[in-house]
Amino acid sequence: MHALIPLPVVVALLGAAFLAAANKLLPRWATDTVGLACALAVLVLCVLLVIDASHLTVYWFGGFRPRGGVAVGISFSVDRIGAGMATLAAVMVSAALLYSVRYFDEVGSLFGALMLVFLAAMVGFCLTGDLFDLFVFFELMSVAAYALTAYKIEEAGPLQGAINFAITNSVGSFAMLTGIALLYGRTGALNMAQIGSALAGHPADGLVKVALLLIMGGLLVKAAIVPLHFWLADAHAVAPVPVCVLFSGVMVELALYGLARVYWSVLAAPMAAHTDGLRVTLIALGVLSTLVGAVMCVAQRHIKRLLAFSTISHTGMFLIGLGLLTRAGLAASGEYVLEHALLKGALFMAAGILLHRFGTVDEHELRGRGKSGDPGLRVAAAVFVLGGLGLAALPPLGVFFGKSALEGALTHTPGYGWVPAVLVLGSALTAGTILRVSGRVFAGWGERTPRHHELLSVVSERPETLSPHDRTPAVMIAAPVLLLIGGLLVGVVSGLRAGIAAAAARMADHAGYVAAVFGAPAGGVRSPHAPVVTLDFLLAAATVIGALAVAGFALIQASSWRVPARVGRTLTASMVSLRRLHSGCVNDYIAWLVAGLAAIGAALALT
Amino acid sequence: MSVLAYGTAGWLFLVGLYGIVSSRNLIGMVICLSIVQSSTYVLLLSIGYRRGAAAPIFADIPPGSRAVDPIVQALTLTDVVVEATVVALLLALAVQAHKRFGTLDPNELTPLRG
Repeated sequence: MHALIPLPVVVALLGAAFLAAANKLLPRWATDTVGLACALAVLVLCVLLVIDASHLTVYWFGGFRPRGGVAVGISFSVDRIGAGMATLAAVMVSAALLYSVRYFDEVGSLFGALMLVFLAAMVGFCLTGDLFDLFVFFELMSVAAYALTAYKIEEAGPLQGAINFAITNSVGSFAMLTGIALLYGRTGALNMAQIGSALAGHPADGLVKVALLLIMGGLLVKAAIVPLHFWLADAHAVAPVPVCVLFSGVMVELALYGLARVYWSVLAAPMAAHTDGLRVTLIALGVLSTLVGAVMCVAQRHIKRLLAFSTISHTGMFLIGLGLLTRAGLAASGEYVLEHALLKGALFMAAGILLHRFGTVDEHELRGRGKSGDPGLRVAAAVFVLGGLGLAALPPLGVFFGKSALEGALTHTPGYGWVPAVLVLGSALTAGTILRVSGRVFAGWGERTPRHHELLSVVSERPETLSPHDRTPAVMIAAPVLLLIGGLLVGVVSGLRAGIAAAAARMADHAGYVAAVFGAPAGGVRSPHAPVVTLDFLLAAATVIGALAVAGFALIQASSWRVPARVGRTLTASMVSLRRLHSGCVNDYIAWLVAGLAAIGAALALT
Repeated sequence: MSVLAYGTAGWLFLVGLYGIVSSRNLIGMVICLSIVQSSTYVLLLSIGYRRGAAAPIFADIPPGSRAVDPIVQALTLTDVVVEATVVALLLALAVQAHKRFGTLDPNELTPLRG
């Protein structure tokens, strides 16, 4: 069992190498089968790791075990949160590969190879116990992601999206590497447990704080937290649909997982005196992301870009949970990430069905065209309606349990009782926009020509086009249906909440982590998980009603609404200026990145 | 000596960032990006530097004698590989942009705005 630990990464990398070598030598069905088989094998291995990892299991490469309390070797340190995230990555990659069997008209086996490299990097990122390897897997994940974004390299959009993505994220990862180098200079160690125990006992000084800022900066760029988020919408709008499924479902969330891992295993002890300041900073960033993402989501008409902004909004909510820096917050975010990933994956796949059929994902061009009742479009309609309601936390479906847990954790933390209102607002706006799309595309509701286009739509964007098809292949229906059912019902699986709460408690147990890496038997940890209370149902009801109101406001003939002229002008002007900030210009994005990091640094220094 | 090395690393990082923000040319941007990354090489190597120490190759010096830290050198090598990958990919995108659209200004590609 122990020897299995590095195997998921090895299988994925070998599969990728095979597919790269077999490019154009094997027929397409063969390469597709190999790719899918590798992803499923990784999935099975990851599930085995989850079962095995009730305590932290540590694998030392080459048998270089720590001697005399010094870890020189490189380790995979697997706990249930890490193995669980790896499993989620494998699920999403398997679903995306199944979907892409028929999504592309022509695709070389290099696409499968890149997807498997991406998977290997994500799994390695989840399992590693070494800070420098964390960076290496992070960078491997990024490079695979850049190449996948630019897969349709003959078009201008993917080129620009990939360039923005690559430059922004590279700067972020160099910041992270600088932070890692500073920690190595201070402690002489790269193993996270070793760095953690070397830093524990001294309060964080300037160098440790700068290192934290730089590592956090790199991860927050990847997590697309406002104001470091600009690349995400560009990359999502142009990347192929199966790739978007992975970006929104796991890649962005993995960056937050990395932040939690580094915080709890390395920096929790030295930062103990500054916990309040860090908490305020992270939650403020989360609130800003939730709101900006939601407002920008409402303003889109390109469905993939709209879903991308919804992801930014949800990532903000996950950061809020993480930023509480408590076990309960961590567990809530973990549960929320799982439920969101499956639903968002299904939604992107449904958008892909529309793109495959009609050659466009423009909400207004598609008005009423989803009505004809063949299976593909009916499934897409079901995914949009149920996915929208699931993201609105309709009890007991979708994100209800994760969102309730997060709200519970917030109301139990003094001073943050108001944050659930932000969650309700963000969820209502993003879910309402998804319901708006469902109503317009699949029922033909709403005005024929977009009025108020300066307020509610983006006109400068060219629709993404493929050659249209007249029917939807079965695998493109099966994959989103599986993800949708999983996403709607995963929350009610018995024992899941308690399991995630226990795993989060173990991840947040710094002393236990260090002891386990150095071979001591692990002690027990207390893992409270709050029951669902009446307040959760009230907040969920508010979210669902809010979402229906957002959709209704946009779909009911706009002429029948009377908005005072001054309010309308102010709203329009602020929306236009917010949209202008998303300029598509990578120079601006880097300037925002620097300004954002400086602001976060100032907040950390002042608090 | 060490202040100079750390100062150089910081300077390279910032001047590279300034270059990326102000550049209008993809090739220029990629070069500035590799300048930012160069700062991590300088930083890593100066962290491992020991005054008067030999290279960490114990074939011709007795074991136990003073040597610079070999780990940061391994890290720097990995870092170089990472840079080669990122730069190669970005230059491929730049070549493609020039070939298809006759421009190296990333902002002249399609408008991904709002």
